Amino acid sequence: MSNDQTFDTSLHTHPDMAGGISEPEKSNHFVAPYDESVSFDELPDSAPKERFRLSLTGWIGAVIVVFWLLIAVFGSFIAPYGENDLPFPDDYSEFQTPREGALLGTDVQDRDILSRIIYGAGRTIGISFAATVLAYIVGVVLGIGAAISGPKVDMVVSRINDAFLSLPTIMLGLVVVAAVGSSIPVLICTAGLIYATIVFRLARALGMEIMVMDFVEAAKARGEGRWWIITREIWPNAAMPLITDFGLRLIYVILFISSLSFLGLGVQPPLADWGSMVRENLGALQYGESVIPVLAPALAIATLTVAINLVVDDVSAQAGGRLSKRL
Amino acid sequence: MTNERNPGEVVFETRDLKIGAIQQDGSEIRIVKGVDFNVRRGEVVALIGESGSGKTTISLSALGYTKPGLSFTGGEARLLGQDVSKMSVDELRPLRGVSVAYLAQSAAATFNPSIRINEQVTEAPVLHGTKTQAEADAKALDLYRALELPNPETIGERYPHQVSGGQLQRLMAAMALCGDPELLVLDEPTTALDVTTQIEVLKAFKKVIQEEGAAAIYVTHDLAVVAQIADRVVVLYNGEIKEAGPVHEIITNPVHPYTRRLMAAIRPMPEAGQGEDSSDEHLRADPALQARSIDAGYGPIGSNGKAAIPVLRDIDVAIERGKTVGIIGESGCGKSTLARVFAGLLPASNGEIYLDGERLSPDLAGRTREQLRKVQFVYQMADTALNPRHRIRDILGRPVDFYGTAEGMTRRQRVDQLLEMVELPLQFADRYPHELSGGQKQRVNLARALAANPEIVLCDEVTSALDTIVAANVIALLTRLQRETGVSFVFISHDLSTVSSFADEVVVLYAGMVAEQGPTDRVLSPPFHPYTQLLVSSVPEPRVGWLEEAAQTREAKAGASGGVQLTETGCPFFARCPVAIPGTCDVVDPPKLDDGAGHIIDCHRSLTELGG
Repeated sequence: MSNDQTFDTSLHTHPDMAGGISEPEKSNHFVAPYDESVSFDELPDSAPKERFRLSLTGWIGAVIVVFWLLIAVFGSFIAPYGENDLPFPDDYSEFQTPREGALLGTDVQDRDILSRIIYGAGRTIGISFAATVLAYIVGVVLGIGAAISGPKVDMVVSRINDAFLSLPTIMLGLVVVAAVGSSIPVLICTAGLIYATIVFRLARALGMEIMVMDFVEAAKARGEGRWWIITREIWPNAAMPLITDFGLRLIYVILFISSLSFLGLGVQPPLADWGSMVRENLGALQYGESVIPVLAPALAIATLTVAINLVVDDVSAQAGGRLSKRL
Repeated sequence: MTNERNPGEVVFETRDLKIGAIQQDGSEIRIVKGVDFNVRRGEVVALIGESGSGKTTISLSALGYTKPGLSFTGGEARLLGQDVSKMSVDELRPLRGVSVAYLAQSAAATFNPSIRINEQVTEAPVLHGTKTQAEADAKALDLYRALELPNPETIGERYPHQVSGGQLQRLMAAMALCGDPELLVLDEPTTALDVTTQIEVLKAFKKVIQEEGAAAIYVTHDLAVVAQIADRVVVLYNGEIKEAGPVHEIITNPVHPYTRRLMAAIRPMPEAGQGEDSSDEHLRADPALQARSIDAGYGPIGSNGKAAIPVLRDIDVAIERGKTVGIIGESGCGKSTLARVFAGLLPASNGEIYLDGERLSPDLAGRTREQLRKVQFVYQMADTALNPRHRIRDILGRPVDFYGTAEGMTRRQRVDQLLEMVELPLQFADRYPHELSGGQKQRVNLARALAANPEIVLCDEVTSALDTIVAANVIALLTRLQRETGVSFVFISHDLSTVSSFADEVVVLYAGMVAEQGPTDRVLSPPFHPYTQLLVSSVPEPRVGWLEEAAQTREAKAGASGGVQLTETGCPFFARCPVAIPGTCDVVDPPKLDDGAGHIIDCHRSLTELGG
């Protein structure tokens, strides 16, 4: 039933309309045309959320990250030579310029730089990833544990964490590695525990923030146990920001491991690793004909870290900037 | 300057104004769909509609501003003849704060907490160079006086946290008016306030707008407020004007069905004897929930058995089976605290709670799962009460599993049944909370409580965050659910008209103490406790001229004068009470006057004195 006439019939002019002196009003009382059968549903409060999309820089970053991950995983199949093979066993000159058979030239000990970069990718990324995972396991368990435990437990754990946090990371790493001796498991544990202190602070802050939300209190009022509250109420809400931070933390760990290797306390020769490659080939800057032996591993570190950063930037921008404030 | 203004001149007008969000694929989601209206000098035009109607978006167009993601996609918005919708930010800057000023909903969020009030109030005209600091200070002082702020000479020296919420709201009006704007945009400035505070703020706004001769756009969803302050009303729905006209025309003779629905959703102030009769079939010997001499508060409990920050003192309340008890009072009176004490979320420092005659442990840990099941809590903000990472099915299904209340049905059937109970479509089960509107989320929130088959549901301000129409629907739902399930409700609200429309009994709380309690119709008819009188007389009525009449009553004058104080002894209302007896009321605890029908008033005055 539609009545378009309503518009006309309902035009009233009213004498005490405020301010209507100067010019005659067309209508003081306007009524839009309506249909009695139409019900007025509740309006949606906000527009539906947009789906997650990567920006152009995000795409570039993602492509580079995927590229390095593939290299890291399948490196041994791709590499033209073995890690310590010599492409030109008869030629004793070091720091060869790029040529056929060694696309990036050779290093201080005549080894193929391309192959060592490819093997180094697996080692650098693998160690850093394992260390970051360890940092997350330790940091998140302790951080969320501190957030939901009483203030006393939180106080003790947080102050111990603060003490470790106050030590410069690279110095602490140097001391530990120098004392225990360098091996890949030691490197992973050292980097993992050092970075767990930072993850702890983030996880604790997130946990505290979520703990006071009404839905957590509602779960407590329902009588839910601690395990349910952690795994079903807190964790799903903390996971997204933590995953985003994982990318950032991975960058720091890559730089940390590379720094240790550069200082000679990380991955030990003859194993290839980007940080130690820069160190081994420093002589190329002075004596070599090409700077590629130093530049190539440095660029590998730079492209990987910058690419991860580009992806993380996109993700945290989509999270409404809340995340970047917290980090 | 004020006197030179021509009273009939159009200050702001929109012509076929369209505002929308441009999507990534180039299509437009239109929020405002061609709106024409104007505001003349000396006139207040109210934009009224529910959330999502585009009322705030339209009001912001007067500043040439759109919310992030939105843009002007057609038509004109002319401020003093200039089309602000097509201006750049640099062109707009001299207009904003000088020609047009904006008053946001939350004064607390508008003021910088670390800068003195006067500096913030005078900032805009000094910054724009339209006034010297001395002139701006003088203007601010005039405004403080006009807005009837206490200690106008020194209030500007304070920091924002040192004044009350209602005072801050008025100070925000001073900030907006300090630069002598031609147009004032007010966005729901009284929505977050208590009725007693709202009346003062409305009165001050109205007076100052008249004195300054400014034009104003007043955005609200409350028709009763519109009746007090507006000259003309524009009714909006879904970005379109549905009806527009002089305020008394719209109030007395709404034509469009949407306007009529808005009017119908306003609950008129209850008359005596209006309390709803509900059947007594659920009544048993024991009340469903009973609280005896409850003391509670926050912080550690001291050696005297009291919390460091006491909130509740000596509360006795009984909730009968199948009945609704309304708890009302201003913000900070302890009504939410009382519900938290019932739920065990905040252990009482003293007193006992009985559920079906069985004593309840004060804290959650000491209650059995069955006891927890029987008492359910519904939060005010459905946004934070529902886990954003859980689907509706899991939110409703968990209490069903946890308490085993499926009663022979599968979990899925029970969830469907619950959705039906709260009148939501069954396909909502697979959605996440953010995909629902505010009213729908509140229904899910209710359904979660009902999933436990509770005996008592504690509703903490469940309608306060909702629009008038949506709130009315939720109240209707609660009434139906009570009839069908026999559940008891404790309904907490600062809105007397909502509580009285469906509560069987009312408890009036003031500063942590019960001022008056009893059957709704008896509490709302004389004799009144002086505080109840103040509350009753502060609820705006949807008619023109109510504000002027109400402001003249002795209760309103008394209510405006004093602040709320928790007291160790005596009547806490002493400082604001128009009939206080100095030397008695402030020293001796008030006696409980019982009129014989379960209606108890805590007052030193006799029932006959209060009845007069």
